[in-house]
Amino acid sequence: MTTKIIVDCSTGVVEEVELTEDELAQREADRIAFEAAEAERAAEEAVKAAKKAELLAKLGITEDDAKLLLS
Amino acid sequence: MANTYVKIASVTVGSGGAASMDFTSIPATYDDLVLKVSHRATVNIGIAAVLLQYNGNSSSYSYRRILGDGNTAASATDTISAVAIAQGGNATANTFGNLEIYIPNYAGSTNKSASADNGNETNGTTEYLTLIAHLWSNTAAITSIKILLTSGNFAEHSTATLYGIKKS
Repeated sequence: MTTKIIVDCSTGVVEEVELTEDELAQREADRIAFEAAEAERAAEEAVKAAKKAELLAKLGITEDDAKLLLS
Repeated sequence: MANTYVKIASVTVGSGGAASMDFTSIPATYDDLVLKVSHRATVNIGIAAVLLQYNGNSSSYSYRRILGDGNTAASATDTISAVAIAQGGNATANTFGNLEIYIPNYAGSTNKSASADNGNETNGTTEYLTLIAHLWSNTAAITSIKILLTSGNFAEHSTATLYGIKKS
């Protein structure tokens, strides 16, 4: 059972109710959207890291060397 | 003396957990709102986001964020309503993420912006810190607020408290 807690700000009354079918479907859509966005970002980061490693290898220096050069 | 910072309502999650915490019938008598959330999820850290939605509407949101994880920092933009990475159930025992959301001009007739800052901690190995600029591209006055997770439930003892801000 998946529930939500609702507080009515005009009365202060708090109740706990089950999510509706629509709310469960929306929750699933939100989950998929968030996970897709995070996966896309992780893939972009991986490509960036690979390109960086390739460039460092081409230059024959380490990441620490590169940081020193840019400091 | 002006009553500038007023507690409107508060919610505490019980032993069964909860998928969301909802504030309804928010009075339009303040200038701005502040929502303070102490959160912990039942799924692992990095798995779920905390979302902020208004008036039962799940569309027309976007955000820009800066995230630091204790090792690297990165920025991102997306069209979801995220305001934080959830404090995971595998984080340091008995710790909760700290989230504060400021919502200016919530009862006005312009699009609704908000800023959110959040910190999570897990045994010193990963610490997610986020700063988020959140936008709801809708001009309706905000009358209800839902704070929810994309996966899992808010764990017991998570809390959310809504405050009204008056500028005079």
